Formats: sequence, structure tokens, C-alpha cells
Amino acid sequence: MAVTRHSDAVAPVRSSGPLSTWLTRHFSTSIGALGRLFRQPFASLMIVLVIAVTLAIPAALSLVVKNAQAVSAGWDNALDFSIYLRRDISEIEADGLARLIRQRADVEDVRLITASAALGEFKQESGFGQALDHLSENPLPHTLVVRPSPANTSQSMILLQEELGNLPEAELVQVDTEWVQRFHAILDIVKRAIVIGASLLGVAIVVIIGNTIRLDIQNRREEIEVTKLIGASNAFVRRPFLWSGFWYGLFGGLLALGLVQYGLFLLEQPAARLAGLYQSRVSVLSLTPAESFSILGVGVALGLVGSWFAAARHMRRIEPR
Amino acid sequence: MIQLDNVTKRFPGGQEALSGLTLAIDKGEMLFVTGHSGAGKSTLLRLIALIERPTSGQVIVDGQNTRRVKRRRIPAYRRQIGMVFQDHKLLYDRPVSDNVALPLVIAGVGHREAGRRVRAALDQVGLLHKEKQRPETLSAGEQQRVGIARAIVTRPKLLIADEPTGNLDPDLSLEVMRIFRRFNEVGVTLLIASHDISLIDRMGCARIALDEGKLVETEEEDVAWQ
Repeated sequence: MAVTRHSDAVAPVRSSGPLSTWLTRHFSTSIGALGRLFRQPFASLMIVLVIAVTLAIPAALSLVVKNAQAVSAGWDNALDFSIYLRRDISEIEADGLARLIRQRADVEDVRLITASAALGEFKQESGFGQALDHLSENPLPHTLVVRPSPANTSQSMILLQEELGNLPEAELVQVDTEWVQRFHAILDIVKRAIVIGASLLGVAIVVIIGNTIRLDIQNRREEIEVTKLIGASNAFVRRPFLWSGFWYGLFGGLLALGLVQYGLFLLEQPAARLAGLYQSRVSVLSLTPAESFSILGVGVALGLVGSWFAAARHMRRIEPR
Repeated sequence: MIQLDNVTKRFPGGQEALSGLTLAIDKGEMLFVTGHSGAGKSTLLRLIALIERPTSGQVIVDGQNTRRVKRRRIPAYRRQIGMVFQDHKLLYDRPVSDNVALPLVIAGVGHREAGRRVRAALDQVGLLHKEKQRPETLSAGEQQRVGIARAIVTRPKLLIADEPTGNLDPDLSLEVMRIFRRFNEVGVTLLIASHDISLIDRMGCARIALDEGKLVETEEEDVAWQ
């Protein structure tokens, strides 16, 4: 194929099509904007840092919520609940009922705590031992402790509890998982608060980038005037500033990712120790690739929006005199 | 090439820079506009470059009525005209070659083609050996020549220059004028505002004179200046 290569090498340079011209132009403008960023490393770093922190805070908080949800997800489906039987149910009847419930598919196990066993336990643990001896009869009912099968969803859990609570033998179903539901409700509030906070911080990023670009435009006012004078369109003059916004947003996003990952790294060991204490295999959930990309995407989008606002606002006013 | 019909330019203060000016400049002409500062020379050029719009009357440049050029179309319109300024208006943060290439970059000319044309333009003004230098390291005359190279790099049919020799000594001025003359010889129409009567006489070019925004007879104006 040496011949082909040779003919390629001597082929005359054809004038490029509009698309490749457009791409080349954007490419060189983007590199130019990048170069300008690096020529003022300190100022650029400050802005990138502000954007990074502003992006990292909501990202980290939602990661905390995500982990809390993951940890608590198993709780409401796996927790036992108690059925207190009516006082007139005998131990044999209670035992029969336990067997019956145990056969259900959505129940893993049922344990019967007889009234006397419960009283014995209460005597031991409450310290009222002597006083309780004076009771003429056992005030406690027989209790069935139901362990639902792990396959239950939170809906089928509620259904199961209702169904068993409606049994004629049942006096009261005590669900110990209410606090889990409260916990989830709190998490929902926190999640919403993060969304609100993140939106406000997003506005802050737009303002910060917009202001930076505005100063940049003012510093390059003369250059803009001259280029307009020799026939540059608003779009042409605007382009390098949009690219600056793009780079600020992208680098801010990248640094935000770095900050979050570093935070996770710091939390990994204590989390592993905690998991060890609970003898669970829970590990810290980190950002998924999709979440990482959306942080970058949000950074870039906010950078572009900020620079667009600044450029649109200030570019028109700069006309050659 | 350029036609002005009864053009008046009045500024917000009420002061008239041009009053009822009618003028025609043919293709291939090299015409000087003289007059005191404030006589309306710059305003005339600014109307042609669409930096200003006339208060009344029509300015027609290369068949286009500037009144009909919408704001959005002004950049494309300006790209057809080469412009040279008294203060050069170079960008001092980039080398000479990048300054000259700017109109080509704006027009979207490919990199290689642009490089070729930049070198050709710099060669025409005798500054090819300084293409890598920064404008501030150049003398005033050289900077003006860079400005001229930038104005002609897109090969415009019309070149307008506002006091291009205003900051130059007589020798450099003559040099710049000779460059203009060479462009004129290859068919470029030139309109040059200048108050340097002796230089214009040495060039032996056509000229018109403005006074208080009106055309005055060249002979009378000569008398007025002497």
C-alpha cells in the first residue's frame, strides 16, 4: 500500500467543507480558551475550586442519603413483629396458630412466647421479681413473634401485618418497624432539601462563572472592539468565552469528583469497622459512572449557562467606536 | 464603488458632521479626502464601514445600500472592506502573523491557506521577516504596515484608511503611500483620509476636500490651506 500512502502525501490540500471548518474553528478556540486559563493559573484554580466545592457538597450529601437508604432498605422487610393473643386463648390453641402461620409463604418463622415464659422473663429482667410473685394470675398474654420472609416488600409486609392482626385470636399487632418508616420519611425530606440546596448552589455557580466571564470580557474589551471592527460576528467574539465557561465547569466537575472520591476514601475504614461491629457485609456505596457523568455534565452545563449570560449581556454593548 | 446621495450625519448634540454630501468614487480609484480635523473625514469613513449610520441620505458601497444592511449582517459586510486606522488597532498579545491572520480566522479560512495568505500579505508590506515578532517590538511605521497587511489579507476590493500616516514621519509616510499605490495598481479602490497635503501632492492622486461636512472645490481649499 506504499503507492496509496505516497499519493496521499502529495495530494493537494483541498479547501475543507463547512463542517470541518466549523469543527477546526471550535477546536482551536477551545484550545485558545484553555491556554488562557492556564496563563492565569491561580485565578483559574480559585474559580475551579469554588465550583468544585459547590458541586461536591450536594453530591456528597446525596451520597450519604443513598448509603443510608441502602443500609435501611433491608430493615423494614426483615424485622420481626409481635402478635399479642387474646387472654382467653390457651397455650395449645396458641401453639396451633403458630404452626398455621408458619406455613405461610410470606412468613419465615413463628416463635411462641407463652404467657408464663414471658412472665418469667419479665421477672428476671424488670427487677420487680418479688412484687410480681404477689399477682394472683399471670396478666400477660401468649405472644407470637413473627419473622416475615425476606422476600417481602414493604407493601406485602403491611398486608401481612393487617391480615394477622385481623385473626380472631389476635388482640394486638405491634410493629417495631415504625421508626424505620419515620427514618425513611426523614430521608425523603433530607433528599428534597438537598435538591433545593443544590439548585441554589447551581445558581451560585452560574453567577460566579458569569461574573468571571464578565471581568474577562471587560479586560479584553479592546480586542473585542478590534475584531468586531474587522468583521467578527457576535457569535465569533462570544465563542472563546463560552469555551472558558465550558472549561471552568468541566474542571470544577472533575475536581468535585475528586473531592467526593477522596471523602469516600477517608470514610471507608470507619465504615468497614462499623460494618464489622454489626457483622454485616455493608460497604460504602460510591458514585456510579452515571452519577459521575452527571456531576461533570451539570458542571459543564452551568459553566456554559453562566458564560452565555455574561457574553450575551455584555458582548452587544461592546461596539467599535 | 462608493456612492453618497445627499448624506447628512447629525450627532445627538445637534452638531452636523456631514451635511448633504453627494459623492461618487469609481472602481479602481485612489482618492484622498482632506480637510481639518472635524471636517467630517472620519465620519465619512465610519459611514462606509457602518460604524455609524447616516441621519439621512444613502450610502451605497459596491452596489449595496448600507441602509438595508441589517445589524446582524454588519460583520459580513465589514469583511468585504479592508480598513486601516491611524492607531493601527493591532492586538498586542499575539505575534504579527496572528494579527494579520485574524480576518482570515474570522472568515473561516483553513489553517494552511491562511498561513500562505498571511505570508503573502506580509511580503507585500515588506515585513515577512518579522512575522513571529510582537507588534510592540516594531516601529510605528512597521506597525502601520502590519495594519495594512491585515487589511488586505482578505483581498478586499475596497480599502479605506483613516489618517494612516498620522503618526509617521515623512519618509515612513511616503513608504506607506507607495504600498497603497501598489494595491491601487492591481485594482483595489482606495479611499484615504489625510490632512498631509504635501504628501498627497507628491503622490499626484485625486483628492476631494471637506469643510464643515460639505464638499469644497479643491482649488479653493488649496488656497485656504496656504
